[in-house]
Amino acid sequence: MNDFRIPLGSWADDFIAFITDNFSFLFDFVRTIFNGAYEFVDLVLASPPFWVIVLVAGALGLMVRGWKFAVGAVVGLIVIVGVDQWQNAMDSLALVLVASVLAILVSIPLGILAAKSDLASKIIRPILDFMQTMPAFVYLIPALILFRVGVVPGIEATIIFAMAPGVRLTELGIRSVDREVVEAGEAFGASPARILRQIQLPLAMPTVMAGINQVIMLSLSMVVIAGMVGAGGLGQQVVASLSRIDVSLGFEAGLAVVILAIFLDRMTASLGTGSTPIGRLLAARKHRRQSAAAAAESAISAPVADLKTPQPA
Amino acid sequence: MTQIVAEHAQQFAAPAEHSAPTSPSPEIAVKADHLYKVFGRRPHDIVKKLEGGASREDLAHLGTAAVIDASFEVQRGEIFVVMGLSGSGKSTLIRMLNGLLEATSGTVTVGDTRITGLPAAKLRDVRRRSVSMVFQHFALLPHRSVIDNVAYGLEIQGMPRVERLAKARTIIRLVGLDGWADSMPSELSGGMQQRVGLGRALAADTDVLLMDEAFSALDPLIRREMQEQLIELQAELGKTIIFITHDLNEAMFLGDRIAVMRDGRIVQIGTPEDILTDPANDYVAQFVQDVDRARVLTAGSVMEPVRSMVTVNSGPRAALRTMRDLQTSATFVVGRDLGFVGVVRDRDVLKQVKANHPDLRPIIKEATAVSTDTALVDLVEPAVESDLPIAVVDARNRLLGVIPRVTLLAALGNVTTTTGELPITEPPSTISLSVITETLRETASEGAQL
Repeated sequence: MNDFRIPLGSWADDFIAFITDNFSFLFDFVRTIFNGAYEFVDLVLASPPFWVIVLVAGALGLMVRGWKFAVGAVVGLIVIVGVDQWQNAMDSLALVLVASVLAILVSIPLGILAAKSDLASKIIRPILDFMQTMPAFVYLIPALILFRVGVVPGIEATIIFAMAPGVRLTELGIRSVDREVVEAGEAFGASPARILRQIQLPLAMPTVMAGINQVIMLSLSMVVIAGMVGAGGLGQQVVASLSRIDVSLGFEAGLAVVILAIFLDRMTASLGTGSTPIGRLLAARKHRRQSAAAAAESAISAPVADLKTPQPA
Repeated sequence: MTQIVAEHAQQFAAPAEHSAPTSPSPEIAVKADHLYKVFGRRPHDIVKKLEGGASREDLAHLGTAAVIDASFEVQRGEIFVVMGLSGSGKSTLIRMLNGLLEATSGTVTVGDTRITGLPAAKLRDVRRRSVSMVFQHFALLPHRSVIDNVAYGLEIQGMPRVERLAKARTIIRLVGLDGWADSMPSELSGGMQQRVGLGRALAADTDVLLMDEAFSALDPLIRREMQEQLIELQAELGKTIIFITHDLNEAMFLGDRIAVMRDGRIVQIGTPEDILTDPANDYVAQFVQDVDRARVLTAGSVMEPVRSMVTVNSGPRAALRTMRDLQTSATFVVGRDLGFVGVVRDRDVLKQVKANHPDLRPIIKEATAVSTDTALVDLVEPAVESDLPIAVVDARNRLLGVIPRVTLLAALGNVTTTTGELPITEPPSTISLSVITETLRETASEGAQL
């Protein structure tokens, strides 16, 4: 019995070796793209003085949620500056933003596909289960081989780990759109693409936004793990504090992660509800545009009004 | 209205050009021919078995036969109601008419276009131009304002924004939602939301309107109001309407013709009165026993032949003799061409005869006359107000029949009246036979002397 051994591990090893040998150009290409995107976002976030970013964050908070949240955001970010983690926090934020955007870009189309096709849904679901439950460290190993030490394996592992809720909630959102409303689109002769764009996606938007929120939160939780492969930022600080048993550094870096997490969560959570100051602003603009259109149209409606429908007296 | 029909005919010609034209019959708007819809693993096998005479229950283990062998033709400008309880297959049937569900077997023809087997893009074109739909739970786009919802069909047809909003505004007025154009659907009551749904379907300006339990989710009062408005709109716009309902009273009120469905099959197609007075089987009979007969039955269907009737020129003596023979106290008076004039009472006629006045005209009284399509519910009030039978006249005012109170009561209570032996004469005579006979004899001798 002791001889019984399924060599799954060595197969996985062979597989990674195979793609390393044959597709290294592809991974070099991906590496360049990811790295470029990260460097750019990090440049934008880390090069201006901290108070510029703090003010921008405060202004965003004011627009999205109101003044209380804006004040909280400014105070929180100043705490990060105060514990001397600003540079690391900006590195981590850049990593989270790049990884989240990429994860969303992949997961929303996948979610749409899964919602439209039962077969796709059946194939995608176990893959997502696998991706979500496999311990996140495991992704780092092949990522290290394929992309070498640095930010890119961190981004890659983050994308794989974080995209599952994006796919799932997009699928759920589209599938739970009222069947009759979709049918109405069909009954009036709308094409499937148009139904998706004008009916399914807008109505699924709160659920999709919840998915995006989850993607960002999971990305942030991966930041620490990414620190183990040299991704830098707050993760590296946490890993360093662990190896040195440095409580103060660990607490400060950890607190910075928490502050970033709360800020990103509240920002993205309120985008989905549409009840934000910015949402109201957009609605007011839309309304103005509509009444302008109505005015324009009433000006010309006299010649257009000779419709078949008689005017009620 | 003729203009509208002509324009629709033109609209219809367009899609017909690039699709195989079937039998071109301009009066048939929608035709279903041996339509089957079976859900299951091997639907075609099930259809074959059903055609071979197997019952739906026998095949329940193989799949669900939702619609079995449905054939009907809907005339242009008709309100065709499909009525059945839930699970009878009516919703499946209506969804095959615009291709939302593909028929397992059989064909659907809308105008000149055969829907069955049409490629998706062409099918969408048919839906855009020829068939629109109103849904049970309104199915409005909740993220769009009322006017954008109404204009939705036009938007898909590709009409420019300004033009379609102008048209949507006209429709919004038409369905009675003036002033709500910029509201969101969630701000509206159920009845108003369904007006938006109706407006959306009307704005698309298709010839055929499918209405799937459109008023079932509304309060009874609102429902009634919507039904009446639908009939008005239909008269105004001349749409062909296929209306699905489980409510028999609604079916009877709206339908020019009704198809009754049971367990996937159409068990009877006929006018509301056909179905009420001549149900095809026990199921239909049982179904219609609770119907509000007063609203469905019309004067024309319950009226009795006129017994007591004289022409204007026949004079008082003839009138009196008629009344004496029938033992009634009043008789209808008609002109030479049977045109309805009024009624005379025996007392008045007796006086006239005694005075030897040869003319009936001065004593003719007005009487209630109704057209043949008046619902019985509208006859109750005149029947209460006067003891005379109600006269039923045609469009040219000719007296066709009468409805005595007894007949009206019997029709409302679903009791047979015509025993054939006892003709109903209302009102009963008030002057004794002998007096009349005496008077007639006396005046007759006077007349002879003169």
